[in-house]
Amino acid sequence: MIARVIVTPKAVVNDPQGITVKQGLAALGFREVTDVRVGKYIEVSLDASTEHEARQRVEEMCRQLLANHVIEDFRFELQRDGHR
Amino acid sequence: MKFGVVVFPGTWSDRDCGWVIDQVLNQDLTYLWHKDTDLKGCDCVILPGGFAYGDYLRTGAIARFAPVMEKIGEFADRGGLVWGICNGFQVLCEAGLLPGALIRNASLEFRCQWSHLLVERTDLPFTSRCDDGEVLRVPISHGEGNYFADPATLSKLEQRGQVVFRYCDAQGRVLPGANPNGSLHNIAGIVNARGNVLGMMPHPERCAEAELGGADGLKLFRSVAESAFKVLVS
Repeated sequence: MIARVIVTPKAVVNDPQGITVKQGLAALGFREVTDVRVGKYIEVSLDASTEHEARQRVEEMCRQLLANHVIEDFRFELQRDGHR
Repeated sequence: MKFGVVVFPGTWSDRDCGWVIDQVLNQDLTYLWHKDTDLKGCDCVILPGGFAYGDYLRTGAIARFAPVMEKIGEFADRGGLVWGICNGFQVLCEAGLLPGALIRNASLEFRCQWSHLLVERTDLPFTSRCDDGEVLRVPISHGEGNYFADPATLSKLEQRGQVVFRYCDAQGRVLPGANPNGSLHNIAGIVNARGNVLGMMPHPERCAEAELGGADGLKLFRSVAESAFKVLVS
């Protein structure tokens, strides 16, 4: 199983990277851009017998290490191996 | 007073802290390796600056799982003095020993410069040698020192007087222009509710002798060394 985890700064957290990228896009002429948030993408390969079990385990991984709940939100999707 | 200075892979301010403790102040010093599971009878544990475990994932995120951190958590629960400086502050936040988090500087720049700190608590073992409202001149050196906490946590910190140091100008005025990293409320250092766990981004160990351009940092080390705060530790 592969978990594709996306970690983003919470909406209430100032994201200076996102602001800077937004300014860069505006400088390039992409004036339709209203907001940019920069986060992280993490791929976790794991052994699990069911998708339910994998979901629970990855959820725990996110809570304990992959994301800091003070400043970040996380979401993930699961995919069976061989469909990368 | 016996000081323990924790060394993680990637820590870089351990020897600077050690120098102040044993060469400048002539206090007992021991280094604690990240794999140690015994704090060797220390009265105060310092988590120094650097990039523990390369700061991979987030600053302090991996360091908090080091074996020594479990002992430091128990030590703090018993009232032991724990002092996180720069990366050490980040580790303490990740470990949940202090509230909030340190995020990327608002400027996106690594800032290595002198800063002024308004001292708001002098009743702590870490600051007893300072005067109320004193302004200390202490350098900062970080890319992720931008203190963040949610509004409820922040107001609790303020109500309980847990903000120990605030970035200010040379006259002690807490102004946006004196804030080098975007920290909420110009926060440079906080203490836990009990008053035995301090985290601060500036580096007092780098200004503990006049030869280094300033000795204000020595006041904090001296405070700890002279504190009557003795801890019953195994």
